[in-house]
Amino acid sequence: MADILHLRLVTPERLLLDEEVDEVTAPGMVGEFGVFPDHATFLSSLQPGRLSYKQNGHTQSLAVSDGFAEVMDNLMTVLCTEAAYANEIDAAQAQEAVREAEAALSTLSPTDAGFEDAQNTLRLAQVRLDVASNG
Amino acid sequence: MATLKEIRKRVSSVQNIQQITKAMKMVSAARLRRAQEAALAARPYAEKLEAVLQNLAAQGDELAHPFLTERAENNTTLIVMTSDRGLCGGFNSSLIREAEAFMRQRAEQKVSLILVGRRAYDYFKRRDVAIAEEHINLYGRLSADLAHDIGRRAGEQFLSGQTDSFYVLYARFRSALVQVPTLDKILPLASTQPTEDQSAVDYLYEPAPHTLLASLLERYIDMLIYRAMLESVASEHGARMTAMDNATSNAVEMIDRLTLDMNRARQAGITRELLEIVATGESLK
Repeated sequence: MADILHLRLVTPERLLLDEEVDEVTAPGMVGEFGVFPDHATFLSSLQPGRLSYKQNGHTQSLAVSDGFAEVMDNLMTVLCTEAAYANEIDAAQAQEAVREAEAALSTLSPTDAGFEDAQNTLRLAQVRLDVASNG
Repeated sequence: MATLKEIRKRVSSVQNIQQITKAMKMVSAARLRRAQEAALAARPYAEKLEAVLQNLAAQGDELAHPFLTERAENNTTLIVMTSDRGLCGGFNSSLIREAEAFMRQRAEQKVSLILVGRRAYDYFKRRDVAIAEEHINLYGRLSADLAHDIGRRAGEQFLSGQTDSFYVLYARFRSALVQVPTLDKILPLASTQPTEDQSAVDYLYEPAPHTLLASLLERYIDMLIYRAMLESVASEHGARMTAMDNATSNAVEMIDRLTLDMNRARQAGITRELLEIVATGESLK
């Protein structure tokens, strides 16, 4: 029985994280879920949100965009289009992004083609701001 | 024969050109390295996405999706990726030639174009073709966001029946010397056949498999487009580096030849002057 979970976080731009962790909390499409070692094989889509993991008693957080998470044999792979640590996000810029996303969303109606994208953009911007200001 | 002064002027202008082409070559070499790193960095994501899709496909046949279903191709969309800047040898013209060939093959179909890069746009805008979108003056800053943008619209148009198939034409990067124009089919996706050694993994799903499959496929399309973009950027810099390297060595050759001409002209001048002096001396005797 292994008590270590391997977390790998990849985006199209980079392999962001490839480390052993104790536990992971991820923003699933149908609700936040936690992953501990020896989790069942699992595939879920993610919504933009805060992904945090615990490593040697310390908790680290990232803002992630929508994507997928796969857990298999104590390896958790997170695929998302964007991800960033708190120290990589400029709070002022994030604030600006929230405003822009809100403005963009307000011009669209729920039936418009880009509505879902705009919603995701806003949610991601909000999460980035949250992670940037609260760590 | 040109005068000494004229030749000198030409030598210095060729020297200037040589400096510029040399600088461009070095800039391209640096950009090429960065583009290759970006292409390499995208690989884990692409591989994982493919693996997950294959696992999902191995679950069974009930996972059908319009994106995986072939249908008669009446309306086709072709994404053509060229560069915004020239001076990169035959890079753009070979891509444009391929695009023309693609359209000729499908003369009975309606082909519309999505053009990435100003070179293709400048070429096709004066011709009788349907241009659906153009993305110009990006200068190699092709982002995942743009890929997502194109991918999302492609998906929508495919689902609504506006377009029956999507292709992307780009230069695949083989080496700095060789870039191969490549045509890839994006939609409908060739159904991913599970490989034999891969036993179906029994997943717990969240949400239901078919919802997951739909969003995974969308991501996969974005990724295919993004990967083509990365390849295209790397190819462009590779092509420009090679073209500029050739130009630099041509300039060196030309300078050598002109220097020889220049020395000849100088010598001829000296000889003539000597002759004149001797002739004057003779006539004074």
